[in-house]
Amino acid sequence: MSDATAELRVAFVGLPNCGKTALFNRLTGSRQKVANYPGVTVERKEGVFAASAGRRYRLLDLPGTYSLKPTTLDEAITRDVALGRVANEPRPETIVLVADATHLPLSLRLALEVRRLGLPMVIVLNMSDVARRRGFAIDRDVLSRELGAPVIETVATRSGGADALITELERLAMPEQPAAPTTAWQEPTAAEVTATHAEAGRLLELAGYREPLRSRAVAVADRILMNPFAGMLILATLLFFVFQAVFSWAAWPMDLIDAGVASLADLVRGALPDGPLRSLLADGVIAGVGSVIVFLPQIVILFAFILALEDSGYLPRAAYLLDRVMGSVGLSGRAFIPLLSSFACAIPGIMATRTIPQLRDRIVTILVAPLMTCSARLPVYALLIAAFIPQRDIGVFNLQGLVLFMLYFAGVASALLVAWVAKLIAGGQSNHLLMLELPDYQWPSLRNLALGLWEKTRVFLARAGGIILALMVLLWFLSTYPAPPAGATGAAIEYSFAGQLGKALAVILAPIGFNWQIAIALIPGLAAREVAVGALGTVYALSGDEEAVTTALSSVIASEWGLATGLSLLAWYVFAPQCLATLAVVRRETNGWRYPLLMLVYLFALAYLAAFVTYRVTLAVAG
Amino acid sequence: MSAVAPFDDRRRLTDLAVGERARVERVLDDDSISRRLLEVGFIPGASIEIVASMWPAADPLAIRVGGSTFALRRHEAERVVIA
Repeated sequence: MSDATAELRVAFVGLPNCGKTALFNRLTGSRQKVANYPGVTVERKEGVFAASAGRRYRLLDLPGTYSLKPTTLDEAITRDVALGRVANEPRPETIVLVADATHLPLSLRLALEVRRLGLPMVIVLNMSDVARRRGFAIDRDVLSRELGAPVIETVATRSGGADALITELERLAMPEQPAAPTTAWQEPTAAEVTATHAEAGRLLELAGYREPLRSRAVAVADRILMNPFAGMLILATLLFFVFQAVFSWAAWPMDLIDAGVASLADLVRGALPDGPLRSLLADGVIAGVGSVIVFLPQIVILFAFILALEDSGYLPRAAYLLDRVMGSVGLSGRAFIPLLSSFACAIPGIMATRTIPQLRDRIVTILVAPLMTCSARLPVYALLIAAFIPQRDIGVFNLQGLVLFMLYFAGVASALLVAWVAKLIAGGQSNHLLMLELPDYQWPSLRNLALGLWEKTRVFLARAGGIILALMVLLWFLSTYPAPPAGATGAAIEYSFAGQLGKALAVILAPIGFNWQIAIALIPGLAAREVAVGALGTVYALSGDEEAVTTALSSVIASEWGLATGLSLLAWYVFAPQCLATLAVVRRETNGWRYPLLMLVYLFALAYLAAFVTYRVTLAVAG
Repeated sequence: MSAVAPFDDRRRLTDLAVGERARVERVLDDDSISRRLLEVGFIPGASIEIVASMWPAADPLAIRVGGSTFALRRHEAERVVIA
């Protein structure tokens, strides 16, 4: 094999927050493939790059870890890959150990553990520019001699900042044969951990290590941001701002997408003869894809904030602030990030639960994620509020806005309640791990932000898009066939499978005040909640663009339904049986049907209960 | 200080006030939590400082150890005996 065609497998190992992923991004750019390791839900991130001399590199970004003795699923993968114990995952031939130069001791200890794996290793002191500015100094030659591995410096955030690493990789000989899985390795004991700490300390002293000074600003910022009162206030303000931004900034691109989808559908309708194909393309495929991508602006904006906050080092502090509240209902502070994401869409939120170490905590977080009001519920809320809640001011507040806020609040409150009940059922063990590192603050890098956003978007479109598209096509079929009999007077959907099903369901839904029109609309609403609005429009045989339908619909339902029915449907949608795409993602993340079924059943039960109580109470009070 | 105090009298990390510094004597137990505490730098002799604690029950705590800061729940921090 000549060097020109050969590929060297390189694994990146390092502490969490060491800048490993930034360095990985610097080398591979967007040439990355993100998937899962087989059978588990740990993310596998691989990228390729070719050096100018022609040799190609296959880089694997392994999950961050403090040691080779794992406490989470992610860390176990790092160990297993490094040992060559993962099926269909060849053992890496070289390890790049990424150390954060601004706090070296823990990284160096990990390097000593990794050295025992017997693979060629390159040690990278990343963020060396920041460290040097703060007075960091070290004799790399001494360190390299003592460790028996090259030690180099990189600045992942700067263009060309990884050149030294490329040079070093180019010097490595191509192994004759792939690295063999190791069987001799044994987990380090507690005594060995202490010994490696001591050894790391000895090496640092020998190499004349000068610890970089911590900037005073960080200490001052922590005093304010982690203050129980000021910190909470700042967090609340920040979240409020993020939500404002998500809803106001996303409005015009969403309108644009809506208009684009509508005109594309019109184009197809005009170009094709009337028939099943035209209907399938325009009402099934285009509307289906449209219903997914219309939420992209909100998801992208929310994730831009989340990634920036994560990059800056603030998010773990937010988890610290909320740990007490979350802990009282049996959740980990780490659940904060997934739950925050769920306000845009539960799907990326559920995928973000992978960072929660305990399986039980993770499952509960997944189960309550759909209770966070996702953006798909907004169109339904907007319709019902416009129809049933009068436009009136209460003090400085607007009644309609107040009701919307209450609906969001009801979601959060019930999520905490459900988590608390889960804690009671699962037994009140309170020994949850937090042990979260609070890294120093830094400015988020735009390049990392862009790559991260691109990755999230891609994953969302691939996972949610495929499922929703398939479901939309199925539901299109159910609500189109069979065609109404000749001389039928009602809307076509009334005679379809969906219509028949809806009428059958109406019996069960009558006690909570739903008529058969609502029952029918709930069925397509399973694909994506916002579709329920369009479906109601269809049932009441309204036509025109979405805005016209919504406006017309709001007056139709205001006159046809009672107040109790309207409020009952609002309550129903707080718990709304989550969309099928969410269930599919839960099945994938939990490797089975148990939890998606549990989720389906408990959300249906809560929705029914909430709607029933709301309906009966409203009837009793308002008559 | 060679005499080892009886178990209940040992000063723990959780006995420190915000801003107070101390040195680690040892980490109790040898389960995964204690192991992780060791790994992240709570080793005998390491200097520690409480950076922040959450109201009302001082749970969780933010602790500076070595060159890093960690948020620990109280039951995690209680395993750290200080000199």
